[in-house]
Amino acid sequence: MKKSYYLFNPGRISRRDNSLKFTPVDDLGAEGAPRYIPVESVDNLYTFGSLDANSALYNFLGKEQISVHFFDHYEHYTGSFMPKDFLLSGKVIIAQTEHYSNSSKRLSIASKFIEGAAFNILKNLRYYNNRDKDTSVQIDTISQMTPQISSARSIEELMGVEGKIRLTYYQTFDLIINDFEMGPRTKQPPSNEVNALISFLNMMCYTLCLDMIHHTQLNPTISFLHQPGYRRYSLALDLSEIFKPILVDRLIFSLLNKRQIQTQDFDHQLNSCLLKENGRKKVVKAWDDKLNETIKHRSLGRNVTYKHLIKLECYKLVKHILNIEEYKPFKAWW
Amino acid sequence: MSVNGTLIQLFHICPREMWLHTHGINMEHTSETVYDGKLLHETSYSQRPEKYTEITLSACFNNIPLTGKIDFYDAKQKIIHETKRSDKAEVAHEWQAKFYIWLLLLNDIPDVQAILEYPKLRTSTTVQLTSHDILHLTNTISTIQHLQQSDKCPDKIQSKICKSCSYYELCYIEE
Ligand code: SF4
Repeated sequence: MKKSYYLFNPGRISRRDNSLKFTPVDDLGAEGAPRYIPVESVDNLYTFGSLDANSALYNFLGKEQISVHFFDHYEHYTGSFMPKDFLLSGKVIIAQTEHYSNSSKRLSIASKFIEGAAFNILKNLRYYNNRDKDTSVQIDTISQMTPQISSARSIEELMGVEGKIRLTYYQTFDLIINDFEMGPRTKQPPSNEVNALISFLNMMCYTLCLDMIHHTQLNPTISFLHQPGYRRYSLALDLSEIFKPILVDRLIFSLLNKRQIQTQDFDHQLNSCLLKENGRKKVVKAWDDKLNETIKHRSLGRNVTYKHLIKLECYKLVKHILNIEEYKPFKAWW
Repeated sequence: MSVNGTLIQLFHICPREMWLHTHGINMEHTSETVYDGKLLHETSYSQRPEKYTEITLSACFNNIPLTGKIDFYDAKQKIIHETKRSDKAEVAHEWQAKFYIWLLLLNDIPDVQAILEYPKLRTSTTVQLTSHDILHLTNTISTIQHLQQSDKCPDKIQSKICKSCSYYELCYIEE
């Protein structure tokens, strides 16, 4: 089974036969003991520390279909090395473009993304409402807003509804999370622990979606809800809307409420708050464990990982744009 | 667009699979089956290449271009050898073999037979081409050509073999 590797320390990576050799290098330039990773076990690499590598290495990674995602010192996603497209279908690209450029077809897909997101948000709120966290006001508000999703006449209007839903949803974070205050959502830089976790994990979710899209015939730059080019791979943003409540938000609630992540895991500056290296390791570990959890899928009758759900979502999109079957967004059923 | 042996085989397994394949919707090679297939080729018949030749054929029938690549052809005995991993799709394998025999016939090489071998099961089947088969192949290639040009994906076949098909998840994922 292939897995993601997370490189937290700065160092040098090179090819050694059919393995990747990672040699950590500290601030003073001293090398640590190298680690060997068999290439067939690697799905992708996430690098948080500065990485030294040459083009021969990237040629090798490209051939082995391994992508590399980069994050800067402030935990921002800065970009990816993606292997050359390997599942191309002219038919799918043309159909995807057609569904983007036809405004009613585009709107119909975009509204499905929000519909899925809203459903999964409500699922989270109901879960906590049954566990002594009174989120009933927000449940009502969001439920009343959901009909506006299908009646929206334009992407802008849809984005407006989405914004209002998300605002209402974020109000509940302070009710759900025990010992931390979220306050208003702040992004650059995040102002407190909750905002820091949201920013960091949202980015991990975006990257995951990008990876999954890359394993299908879909083109990640042609999106429906977000404006293509808003971020290079805007289809990954579209998809992550659906999965953030289930993957990111639930993880944040449990990490904080179970005290797996605490104040000392963060680096508090005057008006910013970021995860410390150790905290980041804990979060990434919990994220990775979450993605590998399995559930029995209703229509497939098979166990699938949370991570795999995203690829299945891509399949549904492929079927929709090829007019095989209408797209129904993922809705957590358990 | 031409019709080849792979499409003939896929069509007889599932027209939808053939349609998806023909439109470039291929699944990733993540499963062990690819590896397994490669291994079978390499180990079971390592001594074969000297005795058999690999041939590439083409022909045109009713304005439809036909192509085929036969890995193991014994020109002396006029026998095509095909190795298959499992007999799950035996009928489809037979049609693929018949298509090759027909291709040879269209190239003025009559009286060829095919032997399908299943090394894992230690069995083999002999295949011959009848005039009735030719009729079937004629109809099949025009249906295939029609599907290649069609925007409409054929329905799922809802069969037991779907579970071991590489398109299973694509076909059966719903909500
Ligand atoms: S899963 Fe079944 S219906 Fe789908 S392509 Fe395969 S055989 Fe055909």
